[in-house]
Amino acid sequence: MSTGETHKPPPYMLVWVGLFVLTIMEVFYATLSSIPKIWLAIGLMAMAFLKAYWVAIYYMHLKWEPKRLWLLVSVPIPLIMILIFVVLNEIF
Amino acid sequence: MTTQAMTAGRAPMPGMKVYNLKLGMWIFLLSEVMFFTGLIGSYVILRFAHPEQFAEPGQVLNINLTAFNTFLLICSSVTMVKAYAAIQQGDQQGLKNWLLATIVIGASFVGVQVYEYIALAGEGFVPMAEAYHAVGRHMPHDGPAIGGQLYGSTFYTMTGFHGTHVSIGVLCLCFTYWRAAKGAYTADSLGGVEIMGLYWHFVDLVWIILFTIVYLI
Repeated sequence: MSTGETHKPPPYMLVWVGLFVLTIMEVFYATLSSIPKIWLAIGLMAMAFLKAYWVAIYYMHLKWEPKRLWLLVSVPIPLIMILIFVVLNEIF
Repeated sequence: MTTQAMTAGRAPMPGMKVYNLKLGMWIFLLSEVMFFTGLIGSYVILRFAHPEQFAEPGQVLNINLTAFNTFLLICSSVTMVKAYAAIQQGDQQGLKNWLLATIVIGASFVGVQVYEYIALAGEGFVPMAEAYHAVGRHMPHDGPAIGGQLYGSTFYTMTGFHGTHVSIGVLCLCFTYWRAAKGAYTADSLGGVEIMGLYWHFVDLVWIILFTIVYLI
């Protein structure tokens, strides 16, 4: 977190409860056989990315970091998108 | 900015406006993002290209055990961030207590993973096996073949690299604890705790994605 900045204490325990609940929801959702595989995968990935987002924002304190660090952190995103599209191109 | 913070190397640098140690850790973590993306991307392409080589979720892997392990790692993340919050308040004892809790929980995660590997190997699920006739909980040893070489090799590569990262993290946490015990960290000099936390939370973040992709989908 940026040195010298003051802000309200992050809700660490609330985030922990949220991560715990989402993990249970994920495991339960994965056992639902009535849902088509594609929707199962989309739902599970959405929950996983939400959990990863919470960890990055609150536990890694990205929420309180300077915008320039956000820009730096976003560098791999286009690279990941390129990788995903190349991979999908190989599959289909 | 206090003089103490300046001398502790936490002065925000012009440009990125964060101190060099943290900037270095973030750049390292971004390279790690690409590393794990490469692994996950390879897994996805192999799984789509050769679905017959992969088993359905829960058929081979123990989801409940790994969900418990995921819970452990999430708990270790909260103890790590509590350690950081403690030293922000100048609470040396709190820092040591929370760091110790993180070490114990992190080591437990590695222990459960080793137990999982031993159990899976005992059932015949080993890397590069031609076919797994004996694998899967509740599966007869002379039952049908499940999966192929790709399943075992991708599973052990991804979870193995992650487990190695956790193990290295536990060793670094021990070093951080040792320094904390010597009183090396204060409210004005907590850069070491912060960058240790960044690494540890990143390891947690990667596991959240891996758990979903490898065990649930």
